[in-house]
Amino acid sequence: MDAQGQPILEVVDLVKDFGGLRAVDGCRLEVRRGTITGLIGPNGAGKTTLFNLVTGFLRPDAGRVLFQGEDITGLPPHQVFRRGLARTFQIPREHRLMSVLENLMLVPPGQLGERFWNTWFRPGLVRAQEEAIRHRALEVLEFVELAQLQDEYAGNLSGGQRKLLELARVLMADPLLVLLDEPGAGVNPTLMRKLASRIEDLQGRGITFLIIEHDMDLVMRLCNPVIVMSEGRRLAEGPPEEIRRDPRVLEAYLGGQYVAFEG
Amino acid sequence: MEADTLIKSALLALPLAFLLLSFWPGRRALAWLAPALLLALLLHWVLPTGLLAYLVSFAVFASVFALLSLGLNVHWGYTGLFNIGIAGFFALGAFTSALFTTAMPSGALALYSQQAFGLGMPFLVGVLSAAILSGVVAFLVGLPTLRLREDYLAIATIGVAELIRLVFQNERWLANGPQPLRGIPRPLYCLTDGPSCDWLPTFLHPLFAGLEPRDYPYLYLVLVSAAVVLVYLALEKALRSPWGRVLRAIREDEVSAAMVGKNVFAFKLEAFVVGAMIMGIGGAFYAHFLVSIDYGHFIPLFGTFLIWVMLMLGGSGNNKGAILGAFVIWGVWTGTAFLTDTLTPFLAAISEDLPARSPYLRYLFISLVFMAILLYRPRGLLGEEKTVSQFMENAK
Repeated sequence: MDAQGQPILEVVDLVKDFGGLRAVDGCRLEVRRGTITGLIGPNGAGKTTLFNLVTGFLRPDAGRVLFQGEDITGLPPHQVFRRGLARTFQIPREHRLMSVLENLMLVPPGQLGERFWNTWFRPGLVRAQEEAIRHRALEVLEFVELAQLQDEYAGNLSGGQRKLLELARVLMADPLLVLLDEPGAGVNPTLMRKLASRIEDLQGRGITFLIIEHDMDLVMRLCNPVIVMSEGRRLAEGPPEEIRRDPRVLEAYLGGQYVAFEG
Repeated sequence: MEADTLIKSALLALPLAFLLLSFWPGRRALAWLAPALLLALLLHWVLPTGLLAYLVSFAVFASVFALLSLGLNVHWGYTGLFNIGIAGFFALGAFTSALFTTAMPSGALALYSQQAFGLGMPFLVGVLSAAILSGVVAFLVGLPTLRLREDYLAIATIGVAELIRLVFQNERWLANGPQPLRGIPRPLYCLTDGPSCDWLPTFLHPLFAGLEPRDYPYLYLVLVSAAVVLVYLALEKALRSPWGRVLRAIREDEVSAAMVGKNVFAFKLEAFVVGAMIMGIGGAFYAHFLVSIDYGHFIPLFGTFLIWVMLMLGGSGNNKGAILGAFVIWGVWTGTAFLTDTLTPFLAAISEDLPARSPYLRYLFISLVFMAILLYRPRGLLGEEKTVSQFMENAK
């Protein structure tokens, strides 16, 4: 079996309670290397909570998260990120009062200049590294077509541009797996197509994606397989056209009345 | 020209050169000495002696506050750490340096003056120990609170600041509280007194012969302005770099900074300790100029609030702004003393006990200035610059 089929991420019986509410209820799923996996489900199904658990922003009450076969359950977010598992947020969280370029330059791990004494005693090395990172950031900005906005405050970008910036930030660290939380929300159709084609390009470069998305056109075009979550569990998984016809999925989305209507 | 004018001008030239150097760093450091000397001579020629002496003493205090304001800029301006207990680190620095440099009281003095220890160490050791102890305390305060939401840090810092002040107020054995701790040595004071320094080669004595003890602020201004410039240059290097970029990213959105792999807690702790150490240095310089200090200097309105106004006015996130704000607000602060004096007859006409409360009027004026800043100039006189890293400037 080739690397393509191996799971890069395994979620095992994950549980998360918020007070009396069980947001994630024994969820079990896998993301296979090299895929663009869709994660859909009605509002409140626990998709974003699952992202938060996987990336270390929340601690699970039970269950395990395996990334590349290693247990990463309960690691703090920055350590999860350094292993190559990156995410974006449903509502973009750029650093508003920093330029677009520096939003990207922030990201690469292991920057010498992040130890302040290095800027006193080894300024030459820090400068060289800064130039390399800047070069890389400009390449990534070209790729997401934001290069002309490099000196703008990130807070001044439009909603869609911020989504691209989120993606660009993640790319600065050469991730293995990227979790995108509703990349298409609030993005106009033109930008959406751009975003979709960028994601496909990146898949071609070997990056795996797990995408939460409500826009079914985008999911059907981009994702295979598609995982459906409902009430904190995995409900179904399969190729998009199969999922589209799965009565359990329709029921989860539309509630009991759909079944009554069909029947 | 008289000898004392010459030496005083020479002494004044150094701080002026430092000032020019830090605002226009492109030139060689020594290149500024000649114009600074000319400027100093000009000042002596134009201004009455008394006024110039007043300005020098003014600049000493403003420079001390510039150090505190630079420390706060690391906390708030860059990292968004809401430290409302500056007075704590200020006091800690002042008392630590005092205890390290004074001699243990003996004989009759020991009857009315107590202190935990008096090591009689040199001035610079005092300053260093002030920085280190402030840093250690910041580390201990930051360890439990910096993982929490920012309001907890605010509560912790204001609490610790009050605690430190009350300890120095009530613990007689520690630093003679509530009486002042006296006799804090003035560095280089011997130069104005004869000169009587035993380390000074005899052939240099005539150089300082023109100085009298009342000219001491000229000497101290050289020391404190050197400290401001050193701290400023070191901070500019450190902050306008990837380190400062992470700090600003944390200020803008902590969660997002963690998402891109930054150990937010570690960076916040670093920034908190660095800022507190600078505040401790400020405290040390304050103590050695005043000679005698007590807990009363470190009340929150004076030791914390005033410094916040300085940073807000100068420009949060801008080190030049932090220094500028300290000078402007210290000017306003001393100016309000004159103002309340002038107002005394009017206040007395309103109510008999009002003049006695005029010190509080000064805080009222400062508060009005603060509100005006927030309303009309929220970014301060010198706002923050868009680009964080200095290494990008010549890349364009």
